[in-house]
Amino acid sequence: MLGVKARPNPLALRGLPNLPWIWTAAGGLALVASCGIGVLVGPVHIGVGTVVQAFLGGAIDPGQANILWSLRIPRVVLGVLVGGTLAVAGAAYQGVFRNALADPYLLGAAAGANLGATLAIAFAPGTSILGVNVIPLAAFVGAGAAVAGAYALGRSVTGLRSATGLILAGVAIAAFFNSIQSYVQQTQTSSIRQVYSWILGRLVTAGWDDVLLVLPYVLLSMAVIYLHRRLLDALTLGEDEITSLGIPVRRVRLIVVVAATLGTAAVVAVGGTIAFVGIIVPHTIRLLAGRSYRVVIPLSVLFGAAFLVLADTAARTVVAPAELPIGVITAFLGAPFFIAVMRSTRAATL
Amino acid sequence: MRTHQPGASAKLAIRFGAVALVFLVASCGGTPSSTSTPASHFPLSITEPGGTIVTIVRQPHRIVSLSPSATEMLFAIGAGPQVVAVDDQSNYPATAPATKLSGFTPNIEAIASYTPDLVVAAEDTGGLVHGVQALNVPILVEPAAKNLEDTYAQIKQLGAATGHPAEADSLVASMRSQVGSFVASVSKPTRRLRVYHELDNTYYSVTSATFIGQVYKLLGLTNIADAATAATPDYPQLSPEFIVSSNPDLIVLADTKCCRQDINTVAARPGWRAIGAVKSGQVVGVDDDVASRWGPRIIDFMRAVAVHVQQLEKAA
Repeated sequence: MLGVKARPNPLALRGLPNLPWIWTAAGGLALVASCGIGVLVGPVHIGVGTVVQAFLGGAIDPGQANILWSLRIPRVVLGVLVGGTLAVAGAAYQGVFRNALADPYLLGAAAGANLGATLAIAFAPGTSILGVNVIPLAAFVGAGAAVAGAYALGRSVTGLRSATGLILAGVAIAAFFNSIQSYVQQTQTSSIRQVYSWILGRLVTAGWDDVLLVLPYVLLSMAVIYLHRRLLDALTLGEDEITSLGIPVRRVRLIVVVAATLGTAAVVAVGGTIAFVGIIVPHTIRLLAGRSYRVVIPLSVLFGAAFLVLADTAARTVVAPAELPIGVITAFLGAPFFIAVMRSTRAATL
Repeated sequence: MRTHQPGASAKLAIRFGAVALVFLVASCGGTPSSTSTPASHFPLSITEPGGTIVTIVRQPHRIVSLSPSATEMLFAIGAGPQVVAVDDQSNYPATAPATKLSGFTPNIEAIASYTPDLVVAAEDTGGLVHGVQALNVPILVEPAAKNLEDTYAQIKQLGAATGHPAEADSLVASMRSQVGSFVASVSKPTRRLRVYHELDNTYYSVTSATFIGQVYKLLGLTNIADAATAATPDYPQLSPEFIVSSNPDLIVLADTKCCRQDINTVAARPGWRAIGAVKSGQVVGVDDDVASRWGPRIIDFMRAVAVHVQQLEKAA
């Protein structure tokens, strides 16, 4: 350690803007609009009047009511939960690791979920524990185990002095889990289609039971990340500075990582490892609305949810009555959109 | 138009019995078949479906099969005793000499260790054909059949290649006659019956352009997956909304092994209770393997479907 450290300026934290109401309104509007489109558009035509009547409690054709209430609406709701969680978890990961390329899968959550799901598909198909299908359970456990493994490995190697050690541990764990997953997939060729369908993400089989299954984890995860939005802003100052401010960096990092992982593990368990949402949504918000986590965290939930609902609507209508994997849509629509935003804002703030 | 006479079903039963006997004899791998042809028609040249000409000098006695469908065909035509190794996916008949050989990621050295004099495969992956040819061993590629005629042709080709042309001919003849009787057993209904064929529990299905889809077509069924052919001609993943609203009369589950699906798991899916087939109990589970191969057991599959079509017609 050389010389005297510059005194951190606590005022710098207060200088960051709060969430402008206009952006809250825009996010809310985007979410409502996308849900409206999600409910109205699908492979089976259900008229606007019918949908309105259904929502007002009126009697509609039982076949259409069945499709609307049992299939389409739970799928839209699940899209909201999955999209909002992946986007806010991505923002949280980018905050704690101060790394623009961080996404919710950075510490191996996707690799763990894929391995868990592949093992369940290959060796325990169709089984359930306490009434819950074993595939989401295995994916949830796999995602949690991978991140816990990465955390333990990172701590034993670097003592968590730097985020880089943790990230490298996550990369190693992900590579290790991916190799086992590939091996199992290779030896269990009859399950390839299901595994492939899982990895590209799917809300195809969504129902209310999936919504109820993930809701507690999603709400807890979002609440914890939201309550840490100011500390995430503080982390942007640099670890040495904020340690001297009395903020326990390692504990904040642990809490936020656990919360983000819990949410991510829950949503990948029901939706598969949908790519790219956790990267493009927070970055687009940073470019357009501001870099403060007081802005990025709540807007990530709203715009992430809206984006995924729209992507899923495309997934079930573009080649209707067939489905496209949602992971294909999120990247295909997301990448060009993100590049356009970067170009138009000249990426000055990246 | 065909009317049901009392004698017709008895005749059908006799035919089934005769065919079952043929199957029994054919699948008894250990006993040499009396109709075994002398090896006189060797050497011979065979033109594969792909157009390649394969020359087989002597009657093969050390056959390696890397294709589950070909394995079933070889045993059904009495060439079973000549087979020394089958791949890890070939699980029928039980007497087939199972090994860890893979048809997806073939290992030429592992294949060579069985000193084969004929290799049969379903596709040329991982340099398989090149590698086997380098060993100076003939290799026959019998790719996935597109229709029953392809299956018949492959059975006959394997019959010629292994020295069992007469057995292959009689197997094909009996399959033809059974297919004919199944088609005749379903009267053409006034209302077309709709079928949904399920490959897994994420709703992948088959169109009429596929081998299994052809079978439904022969039985006069309307395949709901055909609506998706524009985007995905063969194996579309269908929207559950579309499946429910199509209201199929018959659901065929070819995911009873992979995903342990049955009428109860189907009825438990959100919104699926409203489907006619679920309400009337016309949800039939079939062996995943039988429904994904193009071997002689396609007859068993067709029989199972035909029985349900007859039930539906009676109920109508």
